[in-house]
Amino acid sequence: MATNPRALARIDSTVRGASGLLRRVLGTAEQSLEDLLARMLGEPLVDRLRRVPMALGGSGVDPFGLDPQWAKYALYTVGLLHRRYFRTEVHGIEKVPEGRILLIANHSGQVPIDGALIGAAMFMDAEPPRIVRAMVEKWAVSLPFVSLLFARVGQVVGVQENAKRLLAQGEALLVFPEGTRGISKTFDKRYKLSEFGLGFMRLAIETNTPIVPVAVVGAEEQYISVANVETLAKLLRMPAFPIIPQLFLPGGQLPLPTKYRLWFGEPMTFTGDPDDDDSIIDEKVWLVKQTIQSMLNRGLKERSHIFW
Amino acid sequence: MPAHANSRASGGRPRAAASPPQAGAVLVTGVCGRLGKHLVRVLHRERRVVGVDRRAFADKPKDIEHAQVDLRRTKLKDVFRAGEIQAVVHLGVMHDPRASAADHHSWNVAGFGKLLEYVAQFRVPKLVVLSSANVYGPQPSNPQFLTEDAPLLGGQNFSDIRDLIEVDMLAQSFFWKLPETETVVLRPVHILGRVHNAPSNFLRLDPVPTVMGFDPMTQVIHQDDVVRAIERALAPGVRGVFNVAGPEPVPLSRLIKILGRQRVSVPYSLARIALHRLWSLRLTTFPPPELDHIRFVCMVDDRRARQVLGFAPAKTLEETVRSVDDGRW
Repeated sequence: MATNPRALARIDSTVRGASGLLRRVLGTAEQSLEDLLARMLGEPLVDRLRRVPMALGGSGVDPFGLDPQWAKYALYTVGLLHRRYFRTEVHGIEKVPEGRILLIANHSGQVPIDGALIGAAMFMDAEPPRIVRAMVEKWAVSLPFVSLLFARVGQVVGVQENAKRLLAQGEALLVFPEGTRGISKTFDKRYKLSEFGLGFMRLAIETNTPIVPVAVVGAEEQYISVANVETLAKLLRMPAFPIIPQLFLPGGQLPLPTKYRLWFGEPMTFTGDPDDDDSIIDEKVWLVKQTIQSMLNRGLKERSHIFW
Repeated sequence: MPAHANSRASGGRPRAAASPPQAGAVLVTGVCGRLGKHLVRVLHRERRVVGVDRRAFADKPKDIEHAQVDLRRTKLKDVFRAGEIQAVVHLGVMHDPRASAADHHSWNVAGFGKLLEYVAQFRVPKLVVLSSANVYGPQPSNPQFLTEDAPLLGGQNFSDIRDLIEVDMLAQSFFWKLPETETVVLRPVHILGRVHNAPSNFLRLDPVPTVMGFDPMTQVIHQDDVVRAIERALAPGVRGVFNVAGPEPVPLSRLIKILGRQRVSVPYSLARIALHRLWSLRLTTFPPPELDHIRFVCMVDDRRARQVLGFAPAKTLEETVRSVDDGRW
């Protein structure tokens, strides 16, 4: 029994030794890959990354697990999606104030690409560049690799304590108040906001944080879901089980290359008692929801085509 | 509150003139554990120390009194009667995962109950209980930093830890049951050092198994820093629950890298089955639910300890991690 892990380790170390050699060969390739990526994006992201204030410990990782080495590659990948694949149009990002903010957006598209692109816009198009922290669904954190990746690129579990701590540090927080209800919308309900949670409003009032409404146009068409089988979702302990016909077509696993349009609205500030009755909080949430809905409607009206 | 600062300092024993005036005798339970031995070696330089453990204290320093008593026996009362006990430090929590649940419970809860009874009866002004940050339990829904008022959910998936939670709660009930006793509950993160606890034993494995696709942020603390926190907790005026953490949090993989060990990552489903099998064959000391510790975060916010207790770790991350290999042959 004891030899088993040893043997595994030996295999592991040979693989690692070989990969070490490979890495040396690829060492120069890595640099040129970075150059290539930078050229494709029109700018080296490393310079921008250096300008983002981060509370890194001696080990190069921030207390929430954000690692700039990981973040760099994630940002290159998302940057390519942002600039090349979805060719995002960004409107009004200059309205986003400095210091702590809550970005409140509509959630759509089955896969949270909308969050990634808002992050890319705040990093590549905003001045100074910022790293957006999204509040991640608890379920995602229990998944292997996903939890690891999310943590290393600065995403945190969506609980109040984390949000308050990050806002106190002056960070930009992204919240989708629709949660999984929003992202797993079927195609017939596209661009109709579902019910908003109230937590973000209590948080904004308590921490005196400005809310920036964000409307995402273009995500609803990337994966067309015809149904959400809730019984299966419950059975598999997943938040939703969408039926997406395109997944069965060759190449249909990739999202459709729709053109994304991000609309950033005027910051809104709310005052009052964070522990007010739900009905009072709901009125304030309704204001935000209406703002986003009208931004969505305007964005849809102004859009010339889904794909370009 | 008794003016223990000067009234009962004359324990009848010669002490160094420089010793602080409040230094009465300290009773330390579980003194024969590695942490216990380490603690009393530090404490006995300044104050009289009475050790209690059902095990024998082999290489005991001369001026430490040791009572080889089971906490559940009434003989424990004689220890309280004999010496003027000014403080009780409870380390005698049984962690042995192989002991039966009944044994565990009667030792940890009934034994601690007896101890509390005598603390109340003999009006001991200070009680320090070493709990653990494990009482919060690792969960995917944990906030990155748990504060002292977070719910103690450690027993949800890991039933063996329930009596540790009960001990923690019993100690907390003392805040209002016996307000004149200054009760301190310390919840340190994973203690590393020569101690034989799960995190130290885990890092001593070679190769170190990890769960594929998971690399949670982890907090560790050096055993010496825990001893220093206990010393701080013994200071008069301190009471309450304190999370105690060591150096900055790092990913688990970073700890393994510091030790220069090999790492084998195993998919969770496989790891769970394998660990269940190994556990039932008695080939491992790690109960299967402990896998959650290398999957999910269970980190604490130690601001209260830093501000109120004035505690800050003295050991660096490297020293803390490398200490698991101290005294190995």
